[in-house]
Amino acid sequence: MFSKIAFKLIITTSLLAILIFSGFAFLTIRSQNALLLDQVKNFVNAQSETIKNSTKVAMLGNNREVTHAIIRTIGQQPCIRQVRILNKEGRVIYAADSSQINMVVDKKAEACYSCHESNQPLSKLSISERARIYLPPGGTSRVMGLINPIYNEPSCWKAPCHAHPKTQTVLGVLDLTVCLSKVDREIKAAKHKMALLALVSILVLAIVLWLLVKQLVDQPVQKLLVATREVASGNLNYKVPELGNDELGFLARSFNIMTQKLTEARQQLFQIDKMASLGRLAAGVAHEINNPLTGILTYASFLLKRTKDQPEINKDLEVIVRETMRSREIVKGLLDFARQSIPKKIRTDIHQVIERAITVLENQLLLNHIQVKKQFSENLPQILIDPNQMQQVFTNLIVNAGQAIGQGGGTITITTALTRLSPYGIAQIRQALCPKGHELMDEQTRIDGLPSIKLKIRLNGKESFVHLDPIYGRKNFKSEISINEKDPVEILCPKCNISLIDKSKKCPECSAPVYTLEIPGKGQLQGCFTSSCGWQYWEYIEKQGPRDYIEIKVSDTGCGIPPELINKIFDPFFTTKGQQGTGLGLAVIWGILENHEGIISVESKVGAGTTFTIHLPVNLD
Amino acid sequence: MDEKQKHLLAIDDEPVILDAIKKIGAAEGWRVDTAADATSGLHLVQKHVFDLCLCDIKLPDLDGFGFLDELRRMNVDLAVIMTTGYATVENAVQSLELGAIDYLPKPFTVDEVLSALYRGFRYVELISKLRSAKPGLDSMIVPCPIQYRRLGYGSWCFIENDGSVKIGVSDLFLKIVDPIRALRLQPVESEITQGFSCAEVEADDELVHPVMAPISGQIISVNQKLEQDPSLTEKDPYFEGWLYTIIPKNLNYELKYLTACNQAYGS
Repeated sequence: MFSKIAFKLIITTSLLAILIFSGFAFLTIRSQNALLLDQVKNFVNAQSETIKNSTKVAMLGNNREVTHAIIRTIGQQPCIRQVRILNKEGRVIYAADSSQINMVVDKKAEACYSCHESNQPLSKLSISERARIYLPPGGTSRVMGLINPIYNEPSCWKAPCHAHPKTQTVLGVLDLTVCLSKVDREIKAAKHKMALLALVSILVLAIVLWLLVKQLVDQPVQKLLVATREVASGNLNYKVPELGNDELGFLARSFNIMTQKLTEARQQLFQIDKMASLGRLAAGVAHEINNPLTGILTYASFLLKRTKDQPEINKDLEVIVRETMRSREIVKGLLDFARQSIPKKIRTDIHQVIERAITVLENQLLLNHIQVKKQFSENLPQILIDPNQMQQVFTNLIVNAGQAIGQGGGTITITTALTRLSPYGIAQIRQALCPKGHELMDEQTRIDGLPSIKLKIRLNGKESFVHLDPIYGRKNFKSEISINEKDPVEILCPKCNISLIDKSKKCPECSAPVYTLEIPGKGQLQGCFTSSCGWQYWEYIEKQGPRDYIEIKVSDTGCGIPPELINKIFDPFFTTKGQQGTGLGLAVIWGILENHEGIISVESKVGAGTTFTIHLPVNLD
Repeated sequence: MDEKQKHLLAIDDEPVILDAIKKIGAAEGWRVDTAADATSGLHLVQKHVFDLCLCDIKLPDLDGFGFLDELRRMNVDLAVIMTTGYATVENAVQSLELGAIDYLPKPFTVDEVLSALYRGFRYVELISKLRSAKPGLDSMIVPCPIQYRRLGYGSWCFIENDGSVKIGVSDLFLKIVDPIRALRLQPVESEITQGFSCAEVEADDELVHPVMAPISGQIISVNQKLEQDPSLTEKDPYFEGWLYTIIPKNLNYELKYLTACNQAYGS
């Protein structure tokens, strides 16, 4: 929350407002203060003049009692702190507080200082110079003292008491001290008002700012965030709603244009990928079919030529030649089609496809005393597959199984089931990239028949390779050296040596370094591969949760596949059957399943048999 | 037609195809030797003199192109017809570019393989006659004009000023399939593909010979005069006897597979 734009804006503006308000308040209060004090000074001065004048008659008459009485009476007024008259020597002659009488005030004292600053005392002073404000010792509020010099006048030296000689200028001083608590209260109140005003303004400002930011920044940014998350998770069709004409609106529009372009690029890539795999498939099929077709066509057309005098046979042969020519056109069509077509997926009952594959091969299997056991699960949902391609998958698998059993007889068991599988051990990584975009899949080194992910590791100056199982969550890997969790291992792209380690992360299980791989269109895969761990995390798959699959197992009681060959069986052109096999059967199956987002895996025991397991996703559209 | 027995070498990794070729050859009175891979084929080439070779592109050791290279390296003058079950344009034109005289896509009928082999034998015959002929007497086969280009020895093309391309059959091809009984052309607007048949020439012996399109494109006009007089191609194969005018589809790419007409056949 502290990093939010609104918060930052509000804090900055508030600080600025406080600064401006306090500056403003300071200046206002100061001038108000000065104004008030001026008024007070004038008032005190007027009061002191009044005291002076009212005591004047008594003093001329040298009537000390009356003067005392007047001073005392005045001193009883609520806000008057001190009234006293000092003579020239600084001796207090009259005072409201009688204890002060006859005290001698030092020339350096507060009241005298303004005149007696220099050696020759001043006789004329302005009001401001005569006034002084101070906090009396032990007092709680400020006071203002004002001295009023009592000048010599003809009536003074002509007075019958002849108290003062004519040469004297100042006869004494009237010192009046008034409390300032009322003024102080007013200033305080003004200060409070200012503070309150500042507080309210800042509050209003903050609320307005917050609302503005929420409306203009927060909500659009939230919408953009949602959009980036959607796009990151693969939904490139997501569009940011119209966000108006400001900068964020432009950003949203440009974001939409970007995702649109990405969609187009991805579709093209997708298409190219499909074409490539279909091209491979078509090439394989063409190879596989064209050679036997050549045999049929040459022999049949040869016979056709030689049996022109035997119309009955000739007619039958014509059918063979015609149909073979038709097959030739189909294959040619397939090759032509390969460059622009994708599998034709329709909702299909998988059992029908399997049955058809079995029917085609029935005679051949019977001949070799091979029994086919069907353990079909009832009520399987229909799935979106290309029935012809899928039939080829089962045909190839059954033919392989039959060949593995040989002529001695045996059983092929085909089991179907609906399973709900967690992504662990099912989702296959078909493409992984380093941050620079280098392909990490290794067709050469296969794990359970699937291309592995190849990573380079460097440990104590030694370089080696690690091959990760492409099936997510199986935690399998092949490494030439074993790695402990504390080893300072470097994980690198084998092509460009860029580090694949995510420094901000540690394996949550063994705290070893964690690698990060780009899975194009499907986020990132993270994991570790120490001797004891093998943790992996693939957010894209984790978010999908478990999926429904149709599981088809084709098991035979044949010779089995030796462990050293099991990794090669899906390689194109790998065959154990010499001239009998093309080595494309399983590669073709693999290609077809790849186009159906399906998975094939194999388990085998030499002498006991082999089981191929296929998983086809149910919610495919 | 020739007193000397023709000698054919067939190379293929499919025994059934080799057997079929043997049968066909025996019926025609040829001597047929077979090899299951390029290496044993090369051994046979060193031991015997063959008139013609039919070679599969996909072989277990060297592929068919490697076999052609090896022949050239060994300085063996042997006319080769390439064949493959993976019949693509690239395979076809690459074969011709590397010196094969013809290309036969699998699967083929007896007639198709026979017509290809007959053409092959006739080609070898004519070329050797042409070579042994004294200078000045070589006018029995008219080469295509030097500004023309040809695919293999059979078809030629000439790029017109307006960007369209004229296509025809070479004198050598016509002399090989001679005498012609009929010429089967494709209609206007058909698409033709480089290295694949664009017309068929039916010879008097009932064999049908495909004419390989030298360039891919769409036919915009067919030579009307040929309908009335098919022999016009034989009389004037390079001018009045043209077959089609086409709008080329990928001319710049395909030109690299063509040979300039000033280069001699079989070299």
